Amino acid sequence: MIKVLFFAQLREQLGCDQLELPADAKTLAELREQLCQSQPAWCEPLSRPSVLMAVNQRLAKSSHPLADGDEVAFFPPVTGG
Amino acid sequence: MISVQTDDFDPGVEYRALIQEDTESGAVVLFVGRVRAQNQSRQVQGLELEHYPGMTESSLQVIADEACQRWKILRWRIIHRVGRLSLGDQIVLVGVSSAHREDAFAAANFMMDFLKTRAPFWKKESTAQGEHWVEAQDKDQQALDRWEIDG
Repeated sequence: MIKVLFFAQLREQLGCDQLELPADAKTLAELREQLCQSQPAWCEPLSRPSVLMAVNQRLAKSSHPLADGDEVAFFPPVTGG
Repeated sequence: MISVQTDDFDPGVEYRALIQEDTESGAVVLFVGRVRAQNQSRQVQGLELEHYPGMTESSLQVIADEACQRWKILRWRIIHRVGRLSLGDQIVLVGVSSAHREDAFAAANFMMDFLKTRAPFWKKESTAQGEHWVEAQDKDQQALDRWEIDG
């Protein structure tokens, strides 16, 4: 399984803070596509160029490979400090 | 040391920890960020800070490690608060000690620029018109760009 987390306005827009998916997707891009197909309303917010992605708590590009047990996160640009 | 916490902090305590039993550091820089009333012409009443437990701490460690590679730092400290904050509350503390001020100033400046654009924290502002998420600002990315970080 792959654990998927959402934060801040993205979490609110999707109405979901986390979910688990079978580890079918081979890359982050494939996982996003999988989410878009199961929830079409999520496609636009998840596909915004500003959305950041992390795999196992490190920022990652959409080509990043995925494996069973990975933790993936989608979030908007950060605004701390 | 890194702390991500809901509790307030005391800069005096942190300063003393940075210099305790240390006669090598000739310079200590402490930066404290606070909740201010005006943000991009909005009248702010308070903030809610969200973070990504685990990744936030590891990102701050990367920031500190990078600063330690670039400058001669003797000790450093990062504290960032999360949860609900009121006007005037302290949000963040970055402290750096070094032999000379140039290293301490530059490292503290770098750590704040890096933190604002890389560490997963998100601010939600409360105003008289309601709550809204703060948008990331280009000027923060531009501030980071001057340090020539990849990615």
